Amino acid sequence: MGTYIIRRLLWTILLLFLISAITFVIFNILPSADPALLRAGKNPTPEGIAAIRQQLGTDRPKIEQFWSYMKDLVFHFNFGRSYINDVDVKATILDRLPNTLFLISGAAVIWFTAGVVIGTISSVKRGSIWDRVAMGSALLFISAPVYWLGLVVTYLFSDDLGKFPLLPGVGAYAAAHGFFAQAHALIMPWMVLAAAFAAIYARLLRSNMLEVMGEDYIRTARAKGLPGRSVIRHGLRSAITPLVTVLGLDVGILVGGAILTESVFSIPGIGRLSFDAIQRGDLQTIQGTTLFLALAVCLTSLVVDVLYAFLDPRVRY
Amino acid sequence: MAPLLEVKDLTVRFTTEDGVVNAVDGVSYTVEPGRTLGIVGESGSGKSVSSLTVMGLTRARNAEITGEVLFDGKNLLEASEQEMRTVRGGPIAMIFQDPMSSLHPMYRIGRQLVEAVQMHQKVSKAAARDRAAEMLALVGIPDARRRLDSYPHEFSGGMRQRVMIAMGLCNNPRMLIADEPTTALDVTVQAQILELIRRLQSELDTAVILITHDLGVVAEVTDDIAVMYCGRIVERGPKDQIFAAPQHPYTWGLLKSIPRLDTPRDQPLVPIAGRPPSLINRPTGCHFHPRCPYVRPECVTVDPTLEPIPNDPTHVVRCLIPAGERKRIWADLKAGRTPAVAAVEAGITNDPEEASDGA
Amino acid sequence: MAPEPIIQVKDLVKHFPIKSGVIISRQVGAVRAVDGVSFDVNAGETLGIVGESGCGKSTTARLITRLLEPTSGSILYEGQDIAGMSRKQLKPLRRDMQMIFQDPYSSLNPRKTVGSIIAEPFVVHGIEPDDGQRKKRVQELMDQVGLNPEHYNRLPHEFSGGQRQRIGVARAIALKPKVVVADEPVSALDVSIQAQILNLLRELQHDLGLTIIFIAHDLSVVRHMCDRIAVMYLGKIVELAGADELYAHPRHPYTGALLSAVPVPDPVLAAAKKRQILGGDVPSPANPPSACRFHTRCPKVVLGTCDVDPPALEVKEGGNVAACHFPLTDSEIALQVPTAAA
Repeated sequence: MGTYIIRRLLWTILLLFLISAITFVIFNILPSADPALLRAGKNPTPEGIAAIRQQLGTDRPKIEQFWSYMKDLVFHFNFGRSYINDVDVKATILDRLPNTLFLISGAAVIWFTAGVVIGTISSVKRGSIWDRVAMGSALLFISAPVYWLGLVVTYLFSDDLGKFPLLPGVGAYAAAHGFFAQAHALIMPWMVLAAAFAAIYARLLRSNMLEVMGEDYIRTARAKGLPGRSVIRHGLRSAITPLVTVLGLDVGILVGGAILTESVFSIPGIGRLSFDAIQRGDLQTIQGTTLFLALAVCLTSLVVDVLYAFLDPRVRY
Repeated sequence: MAPLLEVKDLTVRFTTEDGVVNAVDGVSYTVEPGRTLGIVGESGSGKSVSSLTVMGLTRARNAEITGEVLFDGKNLLEASEQEMRTVRGGPIAMIFQDPMSSLHPMYRIGRQLVEAVQMHQKVSKAAARDRAAEMLALVGIPDARRRLDSYPHEFSGGMRQRVMIAMGLCNNPRMLIADEPTTALDVTVQAQILELIRRLQSELDTAVILITHDLGVVAEVTDDIAVMYCGRIVERGPKDQIFAAPQHPYTWGLLKSIPRLDTPRDQPLVPIAGRPPSLINRPTGCHFHPRCPYVRPECVTVDPTLEPIPNDPTHVVRCLIPAGERKRIWADLKAGRTPAVAAVEAGITNDPEEASDGA
Repeated sequence: MAPEPIIQVKDLVKHFPIKSGVIISRQVGAVRAVDGVSFDVNAGETLGIVGESGCGKSTTARLITRLLEPTSGSILYEGQDIAGMSRKQLKPLRRDMQMIFQDPYSSLNPRKTVGSIIAEPFVVHGIEPDDGQRKKRVQELMDQVGLNPEHYNRLPHEFSGGQRQRIGVARAIALKPKVVVADEPVSALDVSIQAQILNLLRELQHDLGLTIIFIAHDLSVVRHMCDRIAVMYLGKIVELAGADELYAHPRHPYTGALLSAVPVPDPVLAAAKKRQILGGDVPSPANPPSACRFHTRCPKVVLGTCDVDPPALEVKEGGNVAACHFPLTDSEIALQVPTAAA
């Protein structure tokens, strides 16, 4: 197990190195907006631009730029400074991270619980009205885009412009202070973010359950005289395990930014940060958030794999 | 002796998209305490479904079950699901064919055994664990207490079947139903498991129903045998009788089509022509008639009933051929003649090739 | 005339590596699936290879047909060593050597008609380009294996297990091979169907002069089908003998235990025999016991000899070739294996 984790970490480092090289190539070598031009403001003078270039270091040879970028990254875990407002990228990401984590952890709890409960009931009552309604609406939520769902929910329930003003709406999170106020403000974003995931998880769990409930060991459990509830627990133990993998990867990707949800509800998270950076052509920040996403996905998938060995005793590394 | 289990006219039908599957059709048998009944048949003969029904494990929405299953005088088919749960794994235990997939892969053996014990006995967890370790030791698993903490994949196939048997026997059942318990195992392991079942049966005086396709296995372990074909019992009787003087053409076919170690090596195998019929569209008359080399005109229209053979009320057969002729045909077959010759000798003139429309 | 070997297998070894390591994985051990196996197959005979799961019999079959690459050793086919040949060099030989598999359900492509499944070998080897001729040939083959030639355009799922195995047989004999390797060809079939397939194989062998290597775990089936039989245990041949000799007087205690374990469909004989029941399980082929690999389970084991000195395959009493220091005596056989006298 220890060897396996070390090997995975080494691979992760190599992967991150490659990703940083690729992002560097994409943003610095391929044609894109010259950061010096963006920085120089209206009516720039050629001397001014040259001065900015020198200050940013973009006048040096590309290979040298890459070297210094990588050096900062590897030795100082430094993502550079934004070309737009000269803010340290790492500091910005760390500053925004708690908001994103709060958003997705709440949403993940909601969608995992809802998915498992709905999926289990659907599989146990297969073919019933409940099953059909649940799976039908699941399909609806999967196909509904987040920004559309966000707008609909805001229109219906937000306390400033909703038909039924029940919940804090857009911008409430940014204005809220304290854990409970923030959590209250996040209820709507949580629901919106969780909707599609809950639907996918419910469908996944239902089909896993239906498969597992036909296994020989479920028949054994029934032949032991276990009551229906215990038999379902036996089934759920197997059916839920693959869902954990999916959960890990989904969370990993979202840590890198729940871009749409954060944008719709004006939540100052990492997704919002990348969105703004892309709009402004802020290369250093884009590069930073991209690398951060890669790191998050790599680490969560490692955590998932290690976790899997605990969940499924047959898996050994 | 009063029978422990009495199955009367058990019928199980499943309604499917393709039609009604007649899985079990009017099956009756009895098992006395401490005896072993072997149910022999091929896939689709209804041998597994009939015993799963005894356990109340075929209660699906599309299943229609009629008849009586009297266990200790109580009709299990009328019992509620709640009552059945106290029977399953308690007085009646069941073990299955594939020990590889019959244990939950993610729970420790100990947990699965303790669960079974606590389901039927009001004992503490520690006491249930003691019982589990005791049972594992009884079925021959070395270092039993430590192995309680193992997962199923840490055991070999034979060891897993031992665990299944331990789980079945932990509540002192009065009857054990073993559905192809050794089919998935190697021959030396099969011998170990059969020996174990035999030993436990004599020590614990449990009645056993052994379901198998292997005539060798029933010859070694059982007291009585029921041969099933197409959802029905076609012949039933004491083991020695079934092997010494089998009565049904299907039983003859089974006995002559298997290669065996106790016959001359060059003795040709006589396959049963054709293949098992569909349970949805069963043949008219005697269900075996399309494959029977001794078919007579009345076999196509008349559905035979299970009748005792002359001078032996314990040996019953479902066949229209007169007893005297059956005796003569079996004598011919035993002497190594082919079914075609035997049929002619018995005065049956039909072309057996007609029935053998490719398998 | 002395029998003429068509295949000579010598010191055949197949190890599947077990790898481990932090960055670069290196081999830390090997599953010794086949570990030094030698035998000849004579033209026109049926050689049986029998043993329990994990003994290496299926791996041996796949090595002979070169579906697997041997770790070492040689396989002479008509005097030519095919052990180290490349795929390209092997292609012409594949015509001569065909395989029949255990599972008639998964070894046929479900989307192809029976006609095109049986015709596949012709296409692969570019033989008989004329399409009309090919169909006729395929229908002849179907007739030969007892399938209705009119079912040419049906799909595999429309056939029963026995019929599917017939399709597999037709495909195997399509190119008139010299050698057919049958790996557990009847173990997935119902008892009443097994005999049909076994009889078909015998008939075809007689008609086409096939050499058959018959792999099975069922000792009764092997006895019925084979002229000579090799018994394998943990990657090694422990006994090799003619069928009559092997079943009449097994010399290796493992063979004896196998025969003793086979249930006999005769209550009288079953009651008479003193069953020899082996304890424990087959050890792991990744870490086999020293010297004689059977010594951990052998009822006749003599420690100090069996676990130190590997026995050689040599001729024992009655002509059996067995690898054992203390072969079974006739009185032991009579006690354990009542069928031996039959």
